Amino acid sequence: MANAFWCVVEDDRAGRPKKANAEVLGEAARLAAQTGGQAEAVWLTDKAEADGLGHLAEWGAERIWLLEAPGLAPYRGEVWTPVLAELAGKEQPKAILGAVTSRLRELMARLAARLGVGLSADSVAFDFREGTLVATRPVYAGKLLSKVSWAKAPWLATLRPNVFKPRDLLAGRAPVVERPAVTIPQPTMAFVERREEVSTGLPELTEAEIVVSGGRGLKGPENFVILEELAKVLGAAVGASRAAVDAGWRPHRFQIGQTGRTISPKLYMGFGISGAIQHLAGMRTSKIIVAVNKDPEAPIFKIADYGIVGDLFEIAPLLTQEFKRLLEK
Amino acid sequence: MKVLVPVKQVPDTATQVKIGGDPRAIDTTGITWIVSPYDEFAVEEALRIKEKRGTGEVVVVSLGPERVKEALRSCLAMGAERAVHVNEPAWESADTLTTARALAAVIKQEQPVIVLFGRQAIDDDMGAVGVQVAELLGWPCASWIMEAAISGDGTSVRVGRQVEGGLEVFELPLPCVLTAQKGLNEPRYPTLKGIMGAKKKEIKDVKAADLGLAADGAQLTVVTLEALPPRPPGRIIPGEAGEAVKELVRALREDAKAI
Repeated sequence: MANAFWCVVEDDRAGRPKKANAEVLGEAARLAAQTGGQAEAVWLTDKAEADGLGHLAEWGAERIWLLEAPGLAPYRGEVWTPVLAELAGKEQPKAILGAVTSRLRELMARLAARLGVGLSADSVAFDFREGTLVATRPVYAGKLLSKVSWAKAPWLATLRPNVFKPRDLLAGRAPVVERPAVTIPQPTMAFVERREEVSTGLPELTEAEIVVSGGRGLKGPENFVILEELAKVLGAAVGASRAAVDAGWRPHRFQIGQTGRTISPKLYMGFGISGAIQHLAGMRTSKIIVAVNKDPEAPIFKIADYGIVGDLFEIAPLLTQEFKRLLEK
Repeated sequence: MKVLVPVKQVPDTATQVKIGGDPRAIDTTGITWIVSPYDEFAVEEALRIKEKRGTGEVVVVSLGPERVKEALRSCLAMGAERAVHVNEPAWESADTLTTARALAAVIKQEQPVIVLFGRQAIDDDMGAVGVQVAELLGWPCASWIMEAAISGDGTSVRVGRQVEGGLEVFELPLPCVLTAQKGLNEPRYPTLKGIMGAKKKEIKDVKAADLGLAADGAQLTVVTLEALPPRPPGRIIPGEAGEAVKELVRALREDAKAI
């Protein structure tokens, strides 16, 4: 279908699509409706769980292109790109979208080069202008928004997680699955091993709906436990500012900001974080921002929806108690 | 072992950026320019590869106007041997694919065995050029690498790339493209001797025609730049800690519906 808006599926590598696909499919369906097209999912995997196909249909995929082969795991750009390009060449979708993840941000860039088209990375909004898609993306540490447009289709873009709204669930809808024959190229990159991070038991930073974050005001690595307790009550992820990471208090994977992760949770709570421009670059698209800092002049208060000027060592535990009481009700 | 490092000159993060007279670009007056921070990890890694093997050459490349030479000079001061400046006015507002095509052409001429990029430039945050160069050259690529070790015989490199929930280790045959993530190393500062020495090092100017390329149009163009819509003014919750916390939780629950 030439007006199809594709969502390249991001799965958890165990055959289950991540919830970020619901957001991408929701936006794909919204855009497709304006061009008389439809949202479709394209899933490259070594093993798809049947449940996963059902989820994709419920999230709005009118059709699922299932490319299932052992050679597709683990992800390698040099393998996935020609496979996806071949299908895109045959099916001529109008747009190819995917969530911002480590695999898809690489894959989509590589695919754009192969197809000779533009790519809008880390997009936060879309609209049409004279029949052509226009994407909005933050630039210059999030200080400006850039609206970009493509010279020709397919329009390739990655979408920042937690920004786009999924459509209403089409509960119980049966998936329509196509299994096109694909040629899997021989990779030159040899997979050696995967080293799992020690699980914190808390959600992944970029996917979490609530993020609790600490900075230099925490005074030492041992004090992150105060934030972890709060995070546990809220089902939140724990992040850190660059100052806390550079001091060696947290590994780099927890860093939020320009040289770390970009997040847009529903709720961001910063403790002992001054709000340097580099940190704001990574969290300013959060929906609600809460800041707790002793310094009333801290720049983070300028972008916070709610602020408490005070000692985080007093306030964070009180918040934990208060949320616990509220959520146990 | 020849390592090539493409770098980008970007406004310093702390600099105020304003939209220019042309609403598709920023006003460049008064801007402090720096080498994009991730590119410094790439330069550092290239220097370490050369030093560890005791032989080799590090070549830095950049696209952009004349001022880009300052960025190349700072990489030369860190220890790179020479630089190539793709000084093509028609590519002033090149998109990632145009940039990748230009760099791929330089790479074909230079024939390095490793090309090291920063994971993304901190101005447009696109993070695509390195990967696109790999595709155009038909080379393997690993992005967001946190560690890299070249095999003793110099034919492959073992890298750890950051992914959600862990690190994936791959062995790539050379030549290949890698993009550097923070954590790969600690970039060095140029020494005074390095800065003095950099003045004598070669920066070669090349144009599109020297690369056998037409200075053709972009696939992705900026329609306009816009200022960020202001956030609604926030509220500092007064009172002693216990009271303030209660009010904050109430507001998050009832007004913001965030919990």
